[in-house]
Amino acid sequence: MPRSRFPTQPPDLVPNPPAAGPTLHVPVSHPGDKDLSPHPESPGAPVSHPGDKDLSPHPESPGATVSPAMPFARAATPHPAEADALARAQGGDHHAFAQLYSFHKRRIYSLCLRMVGNIAEAEDLTQEAFLQLHRKIGTFRGDSAFSTWLHRLAINVVLMHLRKKGLSQISLDEAMEPAPDEGPGRSFGTPDPALAGAIDRLALERAVADLPAGYRLIFVLHDIEGYEHNEIASMLDCSIGNSKSQLHKARLKLRDALRTDTRQEARR
Amino acid sequence: MTEERNPSDCAAFQAQLPELIGSGEAMASHPHIQNCELCRALLADLETIAKAARQLFPIVEPPDALWEQIESAIKEEEANPGKN
Repeated sequence: MPRSRFPTQPPDLVPNPPAAGPTLHVPVSHPGDKDLSPHPESPGAPVSHPGDKDLSPHPESPGATVSPAMPFARAATPHPAEADALARAQGGDHHAFAQLYSFHKRRIYSLCLRMVGNIAEAEDLTQEAFLQLHRKIGTFRGDSAFSTWLHRLAINVVLMHLRKKGLSQISLDEAMEPAPDEGPGRSFGTPDPALAGAIDRLALERAVADLPAGYRLIFVLHDIEGYEHNEIASMLDCSIGNSKSQLHKARLKLRDALRTDTRQEARR
Repeated sequence: MTEERNPSDCAAFQAQLPELIGSGEAMASHPHIQNCELCRALLADLETIAKAARQLFPIVEPPDALWEQIESAIKEEEANPGKN
């Protein structure tokens, strides 16, 4: 019997992305302006979304191939190395499973971290996601892209965790129902100063972390991970309209939080 | 371009916003946007947030020790099948 059926550390397959600076300078745009710049999912991610508009759904990337750094939402065609590792891992090859871990660890860990905002929890959830993957990998039949399947598995792990933490009594749809003060009319009144076009990244990340779990989930999946509403609806078992509505409310909440920050800064 | 604002118009427009934005409809030409400063500002803010979101939470590397923990947990499960 070999000393260990697992490699000490799975091989690195993707270079680390560069760190982002603390402040985001977002060009001020006007409603309806097209954003023709590439849509980097994250610094270093070699993905662009040509023709993406600021608030419009992200277009599919036809013909996209899987890369370990590619968002799951874009992973339409399996990379040969991943397909090979998947087939071998399904046959019980632990080295191949370690290779799958290397392919997907960054995305899964980053997803968990974005969704829970806590390093220790994100590590636990990543571990649980890959343990579940190990248990269930034989059930993957290729009805969807493996990366999509794994991503959904990880999301389910996070959802179960969130429900255990306080959402146990309510379904996801109920969790995403608007509170009475969150109707569309709440923006009426004296116009507040608009966001100046430069958002402090840390302030926005804090505001995202403070979002209710259902809102945060959809905001992360759509605006950060780049999923389409129909994909989110499928993943979260909610309607497309619900996904659009919750994303809108999430952005409204973030706007309120950022403007509150701005007002507090102005008073100092 | 007039700047008179009718709250009921704003309510009706904002009620449609999630669907309008989600469908990718060009918003600049929407009659209400052309006539309402408040809703223009709202839309501009939402665009700013959506743009900024793309640069949030960069992809990060999990600690090396995480694989060791996963490997260890897998071995334990295999040694004790049926525990999970």
